[in-house]
Amino acid sequence: MKRLMVFLFVAMALAGCRSTGPKPVAGGPEEKAAAAKGLGEEESGAFGSEEEGAYEPGAFAPGGGYAGSQDAGPKEGLLGKRVIYFDFDSAQIRSEFIPVIEAHARYLASRPGVKVVLEGHTDERGSPEYNIALGEARAKSVAKALELNGTAGNQINIVSYGEEKPVALGHDEASWSQNRRVEIVYREY
Amino acid sequence: MEIMFRSLRCSACLVWLLALVWGSDARAVLTIEITKGIEGAIPIAVVPFGANSALPVDVAQVIQEDLARSARFKPLPKDDMLTRPTAPEQILWQSWRVLGQDYLVIGQVQPVGAERFEVQFYLYDVFSGQELINYRLPVGTKDLRRAAHKISDLIYEKITGEPGIFSSRIAYVTVGVQNRKRLYKLQIADADGYNPRTVVISPEPLMSPVWSPDGKKLAYVSFESRRPAVYIQTLSTGERIRVAQFPGINGAPAWSPDGSKLAMTLSKDGSPDIYVLDLATRQLRRLTESAAIDTEPAWSPDGKTIAFTSDRGGSPQIYVMAASGGVPRRLTFQGNYNARPVFSRDGDRLAFVHGSSGYKIAVLNLQDKAMTVLTSGPLDESPSFAPNDRLILYATRGEGRRQLAVVSVDGKIEQRLKTEEGDVREPAWSPF
Repeated sequence: MKRLMVFLFVAMALAGCRSTGPKPVAGGPEEKAAAAKGLGEEESGAFGSEEEGAYEPGAFAPGGGYAGSQDAGPKEGLLGKRVIYFDFDSAQIRSEFIPVIEAHARYLASRPGVKVVLEGHTDERGSPEYNIALGEARAKSVAKALELNGTAGNQINIVSYGEEKPVALGHDEASWSQNRRVEIVYREY
Repeated sequence: MEIMFRSLRCSACLVWLLALVWGSDARAVLTIEITKGIEGAIPIAVVPFGANSALPVDVAQVIQEDLARSARFKPLPKDDMLTRPTAPEQILWQSWRVLGQDYLVIGQVQPVGAERFEVQFYLYDVFSGQELINYRLPVGTKDLRRAAHKISDLIYEKITGEPGIFSSRIAYVTVGVQNRKRLYKLQIADADGYNPRTVVISPEPLMSPVWSPDGKKLAYVSFESRRPAVYIQTLSTGERIRVAQFPGINGAPAWSPDGSKLAMTLSKDGSPDIYVLDLATRQLRRLTESAAIDTEPAWSPDGKTIAFTSDRGGSPQIYVMAASGGVPRRLTFQGNYNARPVFSRDGDRLAFVHGSSGYKIAVLNLQDKAMTVLTSGPLDESPSFAPNDRLILYATRGEGRRQLAVVSVDGKIEQRLKTEEGDVREPAWSPF
């Protein structure tokens, strides 16, 4: 707890050195977004005004979310399968996906330097923040299964996007079932 | 008046397309369509204001639209007016009495120097001919709409005894597509959808904006660094600070009523739990400790209670607990999905997402625990009370897109805030 406080204090102290973006003028025509800079260690630099147009590859295909690097990582056999799908409001891994997870776990166990990000996603139903929690529960299920099969915890990062990044844009079960997923994203190495 | 309000009936599909604003200082992004309105509201005539030259804003029309949206008033269409007085001595009372008008608003806009105007307006009781308001308002050209909203507020308060909400603002997130890439924008706009302004723009998700109690800041979640963080941004300057970026979830910020604390969801210690961050001392306190999902905290207006969503009982339900800590108590029992609570500003009610053959906005009366479902779904979420608690702004789905909508707490009024393209989500109505 104490370490946590120190961390928080440092975070807040850093936050004190904030930057100021262009001033938004009330009612003005073309106010640019306040381009306040993020303070994270992973400075994204993706923040900016619309006109700059320098944005990351979009996420309309699985794997595009974290690093835009769906091409990274192994492709052979089951390792080419990177998406685990879930039932409604469930974080239980369906039996059909166990071989896929085992294949990735074996691959990762034999390459301790390789890391993955598990991105949790949900369908659009229900409230967005609850879905963030549900997406995280799904990613944690996959993480646990990977670890049970030999992957080290420090090879795995988790992020939940909830319902924010659907791959299928329809409003029916056909789309929803595509969106309830965890994507295994290999970080570039 | 109370009786009249209760006896109001629903009318079908009164469409109010807010015309494009003239002048370059505003673009309408959201337009309001009244999908379910009420007849028999208080009749009021707002006569076009006198002016010597063409104005960038039709002040009387803005006032008319404000009053119509409130659903407490039924403004007389301009074309039905028999006379169009702009000064007190021009009023022919009989011409308003025959039209059954209860109230009359007239006024003038006069230039005073370059880019400055003085708006003078009068509110009259048509039956007695009594002057109820006589008010002068100096404004800049760019503030004419704001002046009109201010006048609407004054009229509304004089007649109903309650403050108007026409000068309030809304925040929301738009999701558009540019070059096959998603683009998320956190925007604020006037309560009528005009004067949209982008606060944050990002290729990664932006979520859960909430106004500080003084209306000067927004707290929100941004994934711009590829993992979630909670930020607080001052609207007048664009300055912002990051207040939370722990491993795992950093989400669902909620201001304490005095603005000194931010409740939020963190999962750094395992499953998602509710934490309270003291913004001055930077102390973080963990409020819930369960292996289940605890999220979406909401502060009661007296600061004593926090409501939140938890699936500790097997399905998402709403619980309440003391803001100082303690044992949570389950509040919702109808249906297997109740989430994202928010207190009305008077603390008497809780609005939330209720799942039962679709997701709908429901309200729970905290005294008698009666639940009322206000909307028809199928995908309604993120309810937010108007500053006067009479209306609830929420996110819905329509025409295949995410849009915003408004419903009155009695369910009698429905409005859609439409956009030409893209999705609009996660609305938050500002304080007064």
